[in-house]
Order: sequence, then C-alpha cells, then structure tokens
Amino acid sequence: MTDRGAAAGERRRSRTVNAALLLPASAWFFFLLIVPLIILLVFSVGARAPEGGYTPALQLDNYLELPTRAAAFINTLWMATAGTILCLLVGYPLAYYLATRAGTKRTLLLILVVVPFWTSFLIRTYAWMSILGNNGIPAIVEALGFGHVTLINTPAAVMIGIVYNYLPLMVFPLYVSLERLDKRLLEASKDLGAGRIGTFRQVTLPLSAVGLLSGAILVFIPLMGEYVIPALLGGGKVFFVGNALVDLFLQSRNWPFGSAASIGLIVVILLAVSLYLWLGSRGRVEREVSLL
Amino acid sequence: MTLGTGRPDRGPAVDRAGRWVDGAFRLEAVLIYLFLYVPILLVVIFSFNAGERTGELRGLSMRWYEYAIGDAFAMGALRNSIGVALWTSLLATTFGTLAALALQRVPRVVRAVFDVLIYIAIIIPGIVIGISTLIFFVNLFGFVNPWLAYVWSVGGLGEPPVVQKGLHTVIAAHVLFTMAIVMVLVRARLSGMDRSLTEASFDLFATPLRTFFQVTLPQLAPAIIAGALLAFTFSFDDFIIANFTAGPGQPTLPMYIFNSIRRGITPEVNAIAAMVLMVTVTSLVIVALIYRRQARQGGAFGASEGAPILEGDVA
Repeated sequence: MTDRGAAAGERRRSRTVNAALLLPASAWFFFLLIVPLIILLVFSVGARAPEGGYTPALQLDNYLELPTRAAAFINTLWMATAGTILCLLVGYPLAYYLATRAGTKRTLLLILVVVPFWTSFLIRTYAWMSILGNNGIPAIVEALGFGHVTLINTPAAVMIGIVYNYLPLMVFPLYVSLERLDKRLLEASKDLGAGRIGTFRQVTLPLSAVGLLSGAILVFIPLMGEYVIPALLGGGKVFFVGNALVDLFLQSRNWPFGSAASIGLIVVILLAVSLYLWLGSRGRVEREVSLL
Repeated sequence: MTLGTGRPDRGPAVDRAGRWVDGAFRLEAVLIYLFLYVPILLVVIFSFNAGERTGELRGLSMRWYEYAIGDAFAMGALRNSIGVALWTSLLATTFGTLAALALQRVPRVVRAVFDVLIYIAIIIPGIVIGISTLIFFVNLFGFVNPWLAYVWSVGGLGEPPVVQKGLHTVIAAHVLFTMAIVMVLVRARLSGMDRSLTEASFDLFATPLRTFFQVTLPQLAPAIIAGALLAFTFSFDDFIIANFTAGPGQPTLPMYIFNSIRRGITPEVNAIAAMVLMVTVTSLVIVALIYRRQARQGGAFGASEGAPILEGDVA
C-alpha cells in the first residue's frame, strides 16, 4: 500500500472514531432538543382537543391569544429585571469587599457565598416560607407594636426569595472580574487627583463591566423561567410565565396554547439577552474610543 | 504593599472617611452572610422541634427524623432522586467528555453546529425543557405502544408491554442540559491543555488509547470531576423538569418535598431538608479537602483547581 493510501485510510478511521464519539451527544441533542422544539412549534399552531392535549390544525389563534397572558409576561420581565438589579446592588459591594479588602480570609468568605448555591434550591425557598409567614417576621413586628404586616404571598416576598437564591450567581463573576483588576490603576487614578467616587466611576466600574454583564445574564435567564419561588412565596398571587405554563400543561391541559406561550418565552429571553449583549458591546466600544 | 491584597483607598494616612467606608463594607458583608445562613440555620433548628407544628419550638427531639426515616414515601422519593442523579451524572459526563474530545478534531462547521446546540440547551429555561420533553415522550409512546401491541398480538405473545413515563424519562431530560455543561467545562480545559505532552507521548510510540488514558485523561480529570459533581447536583436538585417528565407514583425527592409543602408545612419536611443539607455540606467539605490535597501535591491538578467547581457553578 502506498503512503497516500495509508494516509487516506488513517483519515477515514479518524473520521469514524470522531463520529462514534459524537454519536451519543448528537442523539441526545437531536431527539431531546431539536425534535421536541419542532414538536413545540407544530403544537403551537394546533388546536386543543376536547379532552385536553392536542389535535392537528394550522392556525395562529394560540399566538393571537397570547395577549391574554400579557400580565404574566410583563410581570416576569419586570420581576426578573428588578431581581437582577437588586442582586447587582446587593452583590457588588460584597464582591468588591471580597476582592479588594478581605485580605487572607477571602477564599473562605467566597466559598461561604457559594455554598448555599449547592444546597437544595427548594429547601432554601422553603426556609423563607416560615420566616415571612405570619408566625415569622410579621409576628415579631406586631409584638414590637408596629401593627400588622403581611409579607408572604406578596411581590416583596418573591423578591426576597429571588435575591436569596440568585445572589451567589451574581457575586461570583463580579468577584472574578474585580479580583483581576490591576490595583495599580486605582493608585494611578488616585495620584492623578481622582476622588473615591471618581475612581470608582471611571476605573473600577468600567473594568468590572464584563463580570457585571455575565452576572446579570446568569441571574436574568433562569429568573425568566422561574416557577418555584413565585409558587411558594407568591402563593398564586404573584404570577410568572412559568406558573402559567405549569397551569396550562398540567392542569387545564391546553397544550397548543401552552406551546405558543413557551415559544413566546424563548423569544423574549433571546431578545433580552441580545439586548444585554448589544449594550455590553456598545459600552466596550465607547470605552475603547474614550481611551484613545 | 502587596498587589494582591492591596487596599486602594488607604493611603499612607488613613483618613476618617476611609475608615468609615471600610466599616460600611464590612457591615454589608456581615449582613449578607447573616441573610444567607440564618434561614438555613432556622430550618435545621426547627427540624429538632418536639412539637406538632412548625410555627413554635417546643423542646428538642429527634422524633421528626425518626418519622421521616420511617416514611416509606419520603425514602422512596430519596432513592428515586439518588438513582436519577447518579445515572444523569454518569451518562452526562461520559457523553459530554466523548463529544468534547471529538469536537477538537472535526471540521469547523460541525463544531459551530454543536456550539449552537450547547448554547440552546443551556439558555432554554428548565421549564421549557420539561415541557418539550414531556410532549416528545407522549408522542413517542403514542407511536410505539400501538406497534408493540400489534407485534405482540400477531406473535401471540400475550399481554403487550407498555412503555410510559418513569424515572428513565427524567434521566433523559436531565442528561440533555447537564451534558451541555460538561461539554463546556471539558472543552475549556482541553483548549488550555499543553499539546506537546500528547505529541511527546506519540513520539515515544504510545498507542492513541494509551496516550488518552495516561496523558489526556489525567489532565482532563478536574474538569470531568467538576462536571460530574455539577450534573449530580443539578439533577438531584431539580424540581421543575422532573415534575413534567416523571411517571405517576414515582416522585423524586424535590417533588415529594414540594408536594408536602403544598399540603401544609410539617416538621417532617424540616427533618428531610436538614438531612439533605447535612449530606450536601459534608460532601462539599470532602470535595474541598480532596482538591486542597491535590493542589498541595501539585502535578496535573494545579493549585487553581478549586476554580473549575466554582466556575462550573456559574456556568
């Protein structure tokens, strides 16, 4: 056999090996991601069978009906955005403290932020049910003579649950970007006469923008599909798209409308993430320009 | 002043405002740690409640632990969850690692397609994965079952088997997105790997298989372990996907906990929660110790190997 033949045989064998290695992952992606998403699209233009489920049809009624759930979409977008901003406001000072001022204890302190994230999401949310419930903080407030307050089953309770559960996702990328920040730049800024706030605004904040952006995305995306927190802490009064979807698929069994709502949710998430990324890239360009 | 722990706001003379700012940061940190840990601590304390209700603490006892351990439904759910998480972790890590290895060596188009698929699998919320998997399996079973019935009746084999939702459908759905996470971690590790070692191994006449097991695999180990841990945790923790894809009468532990909370809070849930917390924290400490030991020993596990877990955490 010639050298060229051997090389061709080698290439063919390597291609077979690669295909074999990719086979299980491809099968999973195809049957459990692509096919289901296509079925979701097909269902979304179908009609609800009388006994629930799906009958074939070709109509846009389900999409035209989506505005009836506009409240859930708007509420989800608003709560997810507010939750992301709140996580940022609470998380940034902590990440800054850990990265620049915590000294030798900072690894331990960082691990302590991340540990709750590894414990059960459901249990962490459950913990707040008793605290915010009428025997928890409201009872203490009342005993102190401040009158009656209701916390559980309000948007405020859901927001507390959101910050509690998602804070680690925000702090970690922020910490990474702040930790990498060259401390000499801060000194330079100070030497050049910038005050504390000026240094923060013109040096620290722009240089931690990458961490800020990835933290925001990491918090925002899963928040858009949130179900457990509004279900447990919102008590059916604070409605997310996730709660509407569970209702549509498992209770009222209106699968075609539920499929249309799922597609709507995916589209909203993609749009929001594109907006984030666009804002991020624009910010970066502006900074580069201003540095020139 | 060392650069790593530099305190940018402290000049030679610590002014009053500087101390005030420092104190404010410290206070915020203390409040956040209280915020993070007090609720978890309360769950554990109330799990020792001797009383019937969760609201008030009436003496300490282990009765709710005994009750939870004796509860066949709760323990069945725990077994289901452990089984699902182990299978998910095993399959996701294997498939993800194999694919990551192949993706280094395929044409750019194939790689781009997989990049998009990984991106979609990670960005789609769990609830949509649960829904689409549910629809897929309902369609699949609706198609397969009549055929099975037909074949069995033609063959005169008696009662035909019926495939339906169960723990396997939960595993299938969990493997999809955990596999994507493993691929991200392993590919990140592969791209940072030293190629010359593999080449050296080939130059020394090692077979590809031997090179893989003695050179590539040990270098990939931290990413693979991190991926396996993440897959296990996500799977063990997941409620929403399991809620859509689990078969009737086969709840996972999060499903069991969610449904008991919905029925009304009992101290039993606290006991189960406390046990889960203890297991999680113990395993975290063990993992941390292993990483620390390996970091100290150096070698293939560099000192920065604590990072993949945390990074994976965020991915």
